[in-house]
Amino acid sequence: MIPSSFDYHAPKTLEEALRLLERHGDEAKLLAGGHSLLPLMKLRLASPRFVIDIGRLRGMSYVREEDGMIAIGALTTHAEVMASELLAQKCPLLSETAGEIGDVQVRNRGTIGGSLAHADPAADYPAAILALDAEIVAATSGGTRTIAAREFFVDMLTTQLRHGEILTQVRVPIQRGRTGAAYKKLYQPASGFAIVGVAARLSLGANGKVESAAIGVTGLGVKAYRAEAAEKTLVGKKPGEKEIANAAKLAPRGIEPLGDLHASEDYRREMAIVFTRRALEAAAARASGKAK
Amino acid sequence: MAVEIQLQINGKSYQSKVEPRLLLVHYLRDTVGLTGTHIGCETSLCGACTVLLDGKAVKSCTVLAVQASGSEITTIEGLAATWKGNGNGSGAAHGGGGLHPVQEGFWECHGLQCGYCTPGMILSSVDLLRTNSDPSEAEIRQSISGNLCRCTGYQHIVQSVQYAAKKMRGRKR
Amino acid sequence: MATAPAKKYIGMPLKRKEDPRLIQGLAHYADDIALPGMLHAAFVRSPYAHAKVRSIDTSKAKAAPGVVAVLTAADLGTSIGMVPCAAVIPDMKSAARPVLAKDRVRFVGEAVAVVVAEDRYGARDVADLVEVDYEALTPVVDPEKAIAKGAQTLYDQHKDNVAFRWELEGGDVKKAFAQADKIVKQRMINQRLIPMAMEPRGVVAEYKAGEKSLTVWSSTQIPHLLRTQVAAMLGVPEHSVRVITPEVGGGFGSKLNVYPEEALLGYLAMHTGRPVKWIESRRENFQTAIHGRDQIDEVELAFKRDGTLLGMRCRIIADLGAYYQLLTPLIPTLTGLMICGLYKIPAARVEITGVLTNKMSTDAYRGAGRPEATYIIERAMDVAAGELKMDPLELRRKNLPSPKEFPYATPTGLIYDSANYQGAIDLLMKKVDYKKLRAEQAKLRKEGRYLGIGISTYVEICAMGPSSAMPAGGWESATVRIEPTGKVNVLTGASPHGQGQETSFSQLAADMLGLDPEDILITHGDTQVVPYGIGTFGSRGTAVGGTAVYKALVKLREKLSLIAAHLAGAEPGEMIIEGRKIYSKKQPKKSVGFQDCVTAAYVAKSLPAGVEPGLDATVFYEPTNFTFPFGAHLCVVEIDAETGDVRLDKYFAVDDCGNVLNPLLVDGQVHGGIVQSVGQALLEEAVYDDQGQLITGELTDYAIPRAADIPWMTTDRTVTPSPVNPMGVKGVGEAGTIGATPCLANAVADALAPFGVKHVDMPFKREKIWRLMHEGKCAAPAASPSSRSKPKAKSAKRAKRAPAKPKSAKRRRAR
Repeated sequence: MIPSSFDYHAPKTLEEALRLLERHGDEAKLLAGGHSLLPLMKLRLASPRFVIDIGRLRGMSYVREEDGMIAIGALTTHAEVMASELLAQKCPLLSETAGEIGDVQVRNRGTIGGSLAHADPAADYPAAILALDAEIVAATSGGTRTIAAREFFVDMLTTQLRHGEILTQVRVPIQRGRTGAAYKKLYQPASGFAIVGVAARLSLGANGKVESAAIGVTGLGVKAYRAEAAEKTLVGKKPGEKEIANAAKLAPRGIEPLGDLHASEDYRREMAIVFTRRALEAAAARASGKAK
Repeated sequence: MAVEIQLQINGKSYQSKVEPRLLLVHYLRDTVGLTGTHIGCETSLCGACTVLLDGKAVKSCTVLAVQASGSEITTIEGLAATWKGNGNGSGAAHGGGGLHPVQEGFWECHGLQCGYCTPGMILSSVDLLRTNSDPSEAEIRQSISGNLCRCTGYQHIVQSVQYAAKKMRGRKR
Repeated sequence: MATAPAKKYIGMPLKRKEDPRLIQGLAHYADDIALPGMLHAAFVRSPYAHAKVRSIDTSKAKAAPGVVAVLTAADLGTSIGMVPCAAVIPDMKSAARPVLAKDRVRFVGEAVAVVVAEDRYGARDVADLVEVDYEALTPVVDPEKAIAKGAQTLYDQHKDNVAFRWELEGGDVKKAFAQADKIVKQRMINQRLIPMAMEPRGVVAEYKAGEKSLTVWSSTQIPHLLRTQVAAMLGVPEHSVRVITPEVGGGFGSKLNVYPEEALLGYLAMHTGRPVKWIESRRENFQTAIHGRDQIDEVELAFKRDGTLLGMRCRIIADLGAYYQLLTPLIPTLTGLMICGLYKIPAARVEITGVLTNKMSTDAYRGAGRPEATYIIERAMDVAAGELKMDPLELRRKNLPSPKEFPYATPTGLIYDSANYQGAIDLLMKKVDYKKLRAEQAKLRKEGRYLGIGISTYVEICAMGPSSAMPAGGWESATVRIEPTGKVNVLTGASPHGQGQETSFSQLAADMLGLDPEDILITHGDTQVVPYGIGTFGSRGTAVGGTAVYKALVKLREKLSLIAAHLAGAEPGEMIIEGRKIYSKKQPKKSVGFQDCVTAAYVAKSLPAGVEPGLDATVFYEPTNFTFPFGAHLCVVEIDAETGDVRLDKYFAVDDCGNVLNPLLVDGQVHGGIVQSVGQALLEEAVYDDQGQLITGELTDYAIPRAADIPWMTTDRTVTPSPVNPMGVKGVGEAGTIGATPCLANAVADALAPFGVKHVDMPFKREKIWRLMHEGKCAAPAASPSSRSKPKAKSAKRAKRAPAKPKSAKRRRAR
């Protein structure tokens, strides 16, 4: 219940935060909403010497249209993403996914940047971020770089972010044309995290056939991933019951599933198939205008 | 190493020097002496420690006191005063004032037994009714699913929130 | 003497007197107590399930800033006695728990040292500085393996891990089975549960050296028993120990105990000369507050061809954990007593083997032994219905005693007080269209949707209980004092902690004295104020504690009648007490104001001959029997065949707890009890791995029901007053938990019938159910932490006709 002692810094600017991060190296942890870090610290599974609270950085909480994409500030809470009118209209998959995270209180406090940087293998956002081909913007004192979502997740609790880098923004594309997307999740009954969570995005051509498919899967393996085999098999086909079911079967391909008290490896794999199918069905219905 | 913080709690200003690791819930309970906010777990799952931070329900066991500096906090002791017509709350904090409609609902509908989850449950319900004045049963159940109750089986809590929603719709702030 | 009181408040759904303080954050739980100079304690606990303690190095801890004391068992010596166990079973092996482990630890979380520091955070830091050198021993986790030959023993002085064997037999069991046309057998597991009261345990102790008085505030259900035991453990005179129960945030039996921390905090206050507080973390609560259930049950029922029950046999292995807490060995014997349920079974035999394992002790968790009994018989009846090809409801109706047969003697030696079991079932059937439900189920099955309809009927044993049947007193005390201004103090030995008896006892006193509930103050939980009492557990608060209050009120009514009759010139036997007046029934003009009568009692200038001044009555009420509430429940579940997710769709409960003081409170108890059962059935299981680590050690892995998991519940009541006590009340605190668990289990088994499933063990976690529905579809199950939690694929027999292709359920569980 009680974290170990640490030195606390609350920088007011990004530059200051980056300097502090550089100075303290891997003895420092960034704190945003605190909903990934503080639980670990309270159980003393994490005991950083320095905590750099970036929660006070100005201008890092926003959802806005920028250069034909939607840009979301790293400090935007799950509740803000969930309630964003702009996202609801132009990238509903992200707000739908945010609504599946934790509970009301967690969504009021947890941030998109914090969640992505923590890269919990059972977190919800990574599935959507992958399915959206989002871009993640990271800053260092030398400038910023943009990381493609597909490159971002490296391993269990590990991302492309380097020491000294701060995730500042997430950019997602505007949903256009006959596109539909959905996030479907089997939640772990105690923690509410995803046993598996699948975000699917389908774009249909005028002929009703799939032009592009993107499927992000979280919970199954050590990191969230794109189910590429499943995506490929759908392209050029009408997304009927059979086609979707066949594609879903390919969702766990190549992934070594995690197993725990709540779901064995086998069960998780099977659930990845079930929830991929459900996400694809919902996405297809939305893309074809049959469902909202 | 102590850090200066400043908060508005239930309409009053507080200034303290605190250890950075001090959790908001401990600050409220042990430093300020507002013990109506409870602690039921250490994993941000039970919701007993829920308070309103700048009007939104948060789990005060998963917020550092230093993070809350500069914010406005409403705890169960100060809730009644946020409801129009209940005065400045100093009376309510001593049991003499009126009740917030959600508190009233919990009383009227037997929405509590041991009372330990109740302050958090009430504040989560207040957050729900802030954005949804006429929630369905399913929406109520969803919204309080970040708060555990081991006594009531939730049914009377759902009724309590429905009671409050009705009352608040009838008398908008 | 006085005529029966009018019922103005009794039976009314009054809102609670407790609530204003609770809904405004003005109540005081243990952690809300702050005393000047208060220190904070933290415990160093064993990470091993079974190990020798080679050495403990406290030097670093003692040198840390802010540390006041660091103590180990060696420092304590013989200053504190062992944790008490009130239960005695013949030839029971010793398994007494020391307050701090000395040279051996026997479960994960057992305390080996305590540190005391100036503040909460500091104490936690210092606990990390205590260095303990352990030598790991083989952990004994599985109770069946624990009693196998050659198993590692927990205690060097015992040759094996069998704590006791207990047998009970009534009627001619051999003959019953010899005559049977059909014998139905089933093995079932009643899994280990964590009570999870929302408020963890907490203790504050203060010692005043000048007065030599020790005050212990503890979140407990049994303040007086705790005082006696803490005094004995510390070797201090009982009259100098005061136990105060602050507001208690739920107990469910987990606070019906005497824990090491309660005595230790008293010792620390005396040792340091300053007040000391300890508040349990949730992890500690999961590891070190008592657990519930944990039985392996093998039941056999003997039937005639037509479904008439002839006899029953049950073998129970009860996992007791490593040590005896207050009632540990007693709990499974309650299962034995109630094993016949509400059926007419002429002959029954129960054999219980209590087993010691390297886990936290099991003890009384809501229902305490009776949910297990009800689960055994009610599951077995459903299995039997399947084998006898009878409708489960019909099989039940066939074997119920009729209302005329009460009091009804069971072969286990109990006398059921009163019941109308058929009446409860009839009312339940009015609430639900059973035939329609079955038709809907059949229709949906063809569509690949799996509904399950579960029925359970139950009787439970409540109002614990006559002292002859209890380990240490089954009575309860009450003092009612009418103060000179007419305000009434009621002191009860019961210790309510959410049940609402500050309200229901006020209703009772108000009616009996012709006053209003606002005139009554109920006080409980302070041993210096309240006469010795037993406490709140075993659904005894109203039936035993309330009856004591009732009897004290009767005494005062008699005295008031004597005084009023004297003042008004009327006959005492005909006085009516109501509406703040006491008047003659025959001549209502002969009337005295309630206050005038009270004043007369205290001014004492005009009292009838032989009547003492004052208005104070104390009663120690000894019940003549337990009470036996009962009921009938029905629920509907739907299983998502793709995920194995079991969703509870509908719940109907008819309960009979005798007369009701406040229906609102009874509904609350029933709702809460049912939902705790939903927890056991669907979600909850305390899982230890093969090293004895509690892997469901936090709320992140131990799920309890959330609001979104629960449907709207329909409840109703029949009323069969108990003849055991004058109010005719029975008790309702555990009814929901006892009735609902088998109801849910029967529904799940019913849903899985198309898959040839006869029985599946709780909890009905998704993967387990999914495997039963998809048997053979994928590879062998992943290694489970304990062999007992492995999916019971073997119990699933293929149905002759293949079930329809599973389809997903339409409406999904929220969240």
